[in-house]
Amino acid sequence: MLKLEARPQPSKVMSLGSPLIALALTVVLASLLFIALGKDPVRGLSIFFVEPLNGLRATAEVLLKATPLMLCALGLAVCYRANVWNIGAEGQFLLGAITGGGVALWLTSQGITGARGLYSPLVLLAGVVGGAAWAAVTAVLRDRFNASEILVSLMLVYVAQQFLNFLVFGPWKDPMGFNFPQTKTFDASTWLPQLLPGTRLHWGIVVALVMVAVFWVFLFRLYRGYQLQVGGLAPAAARYAGFSARKSLWTALLISGGMAGLAGAMEAAGPLRQLTPHVSTGYGFTAIIVCFVGRLHPVGIVLSSVLLSMMLIGGELGQSRLGLPNALTGVFQGSLLFLLLACDTLITYRVKWRSAPRAVAPTAAPAAAQLKEVQS
Amino acid sequence: MNEIALLIAATLASGTPLAVAGLGLLLNEKAGVLNLGAEGMMLVAAIAGFATALATGSDVLAFAAGAGAGALMAAVFALLVIGLNTNQYATGLALSLFGGGFSAFVGVSFVGKKLEDRVPFEVPGLADIPFIGPAFFKQHWMVYVAIALVLAMSWFLYRSRAGLVLRAVGESPESAHALGYPVRLIRFGAVLAGGALCGVAGAFLSVVYAPLWVEGLVAGRGWIALALTTFATWRPARVLLGAYLFGGVTMLQFALQGAGVEVSSQLLSMLPYLATIVVLALISRNPLWIRINMPASLGKPFHPGA
Repeated sequence: MLKLEARPQPSKVMSLGSPLIALALTVVLASLLFIALGKDPVRGLSIFFVEPLNGLRATAEVLLKATPLMLCALGLAVCYRANVWNIGAEGQFLLGAITGGGVALWLTSQGITGARGLYSPLVLLAGVVGGAAWAAVTAVLRDRFNASEILVSLMLVYVAQQFLNFLVFGPWKDPMGFNFPQTKTFDASTWLPQLLPGTRLHWGIVVALVMVAVFWVFLFRLYRGYQLQVGGLAPAAARYAGFSARKSLWTALLISGGMAGLAGAMEAAGPLRQLTPHVSTGYGFTAIIVCFVGRLHPVGIVLSSVLLSMMLIGGELGQSRLGLPNALTGVFQGSLLFLLLACDTLITYRVKWRSAPRAVAPTAAPAAAQLKEVQS
Repeated sequence: MNEIALLIAATLASGTPLAVAGLGLLLNEKAGVLNLGAEGMMLVAAIAGFATALATGSDVLAFAAGAGAGALMAAVFALLVIGLNTNQYATGLALSLFGGGFSAFVGVSFVGKKLEDRVPFEVPGLADIPFIGPAFFKQHWMVYVAIALVLAMSWFLYRSRAGLVLRAVGESPESAHALGYPVRLIRFGAVLAGGALCGVAGAFLSVVYAPLWVEGLVAGRGWIALALTTFATWRPARVLLGAYLFGGVTMLQFALQGAGVEVSSQLLSMLPYLATIVVLALISRNPLWIRINMPASLGKPFHPGA
């Protein structure tokens, strides 16, 4: 039978190879699914993995969608490295869109105008503050009340979505909007400036890439980042070294909330230029997959956010060209994460073929001794 | 008076899926496995149950399909977590994300279709009592089954030998292993059974409660069910109590709207989620209490001889 054998050391090759194997298996799975749906698998795969990068316009769209994924995933990577299970980036994203959008709307309503893009830094800053504040709610409840950050951050996603709905259906609704749930279009002075003329790509991608460098330095060159990761890997060792777990919790949550909020404000002031209930198309959740596929590493996150963004675009193309449901993207993304987690086993274990009968005694003996210890 | 009776009836109906899913997760966690995939399992089961009910018109078959779908999803989770020792948090998240995508994908052709409202089961004799009858005894039969399940689960966990072994596996897998119990097999079984119960809960939502399919129909109830196990400090009877409490909060928003309270419906929709956060914080505040009640090896992998 197949047996897993622990490696003496985690395999470096496999830690880079496992996402590639997982991707290859996802492609195989996708082909099978296309065949099952009666579509040409070659055509299907090319729509998901080639056409999104075919030409400047398409590539610009991929980078546009990769920007919020990259920002959210960078923040989440800090959390997961610190063993803080923030899964509410979606809610923090929405709050960033609300606070950023709120500032943009306020400037618009006050008639404070200027050159295009003049006030966009202000909008983005408001987004960071909003996202961080939303994450701080989770931090307070975890820190003061010991409540599970997984459940709290997730519940806050639903609260944030309802809050956004309330605003765009209620007080912030554009009176001239034909009764659609949407706000006024923001003034041009709050828009994020375009990066490539003729595309929707804006300066957000540059900001995101700068953040990648900043996070690399923080995680691998700064003492604070090191402390945080020790706390995640070996809490006991961190306690002995006098590293504060509370401080790590707050740092991780505020950073990741701020990043998700930044992404939210960028989405509002970038391609959308107004708020609607659909500011996010699940970016905060997709970012969790981006984060794991990217090995919780800033550079890996750049690559995986482009990959997942291609899949998002591929889903839209598959809908218009092959008549496939757009939800197929979600199936592929979920499968990718599953397969990645399975392949990650290869990092710490070797697969061995074993035909000899199972030896029971040597494994049972230490456990029995342990039991004795527990009883005494 | 009549409104209050209807409110109680609606509370029982909306608490039932939470109770059933909560019980399933409780069983999981008593065996030491934390499955964050509840939302995904419930979504896939909801569409499986809905499709079956639409095709056959049978509730029993719909619940069976839901249970099967939930167990199948749980089997994938168990293979990874128990077979390959993957991280339970990450794998559960993957299950939820996959379930969300997969159910939306399969469900596309079912959006807009509607099942007939289910005919409630009237408990003979009791259903005719004024007030009490409409409040408690005119419900879908699954509402009563859920209560029976709570009793059965209490008996199983605390009065049966198999339940004792299961709890031992969740408290100290090393000891259970040394005594010769197949720890991983028991955990596998608990995860499958938990998935099946989450599946029944999902099918209840799409077949009885809604009764229709829309993307994301479960709307966070899987996560609330996870929170329920903590509220209940891992006791089956308290899971039921908590479920009705949350069912009541969910219904309260409609009652307040009906009473003409001047609050927007979106703000009222936040209530169940806010209530979850508040109660979770209050219950978790005493770390000692949580530590005493929580299965000691919850979330920790076990691999004999490794």
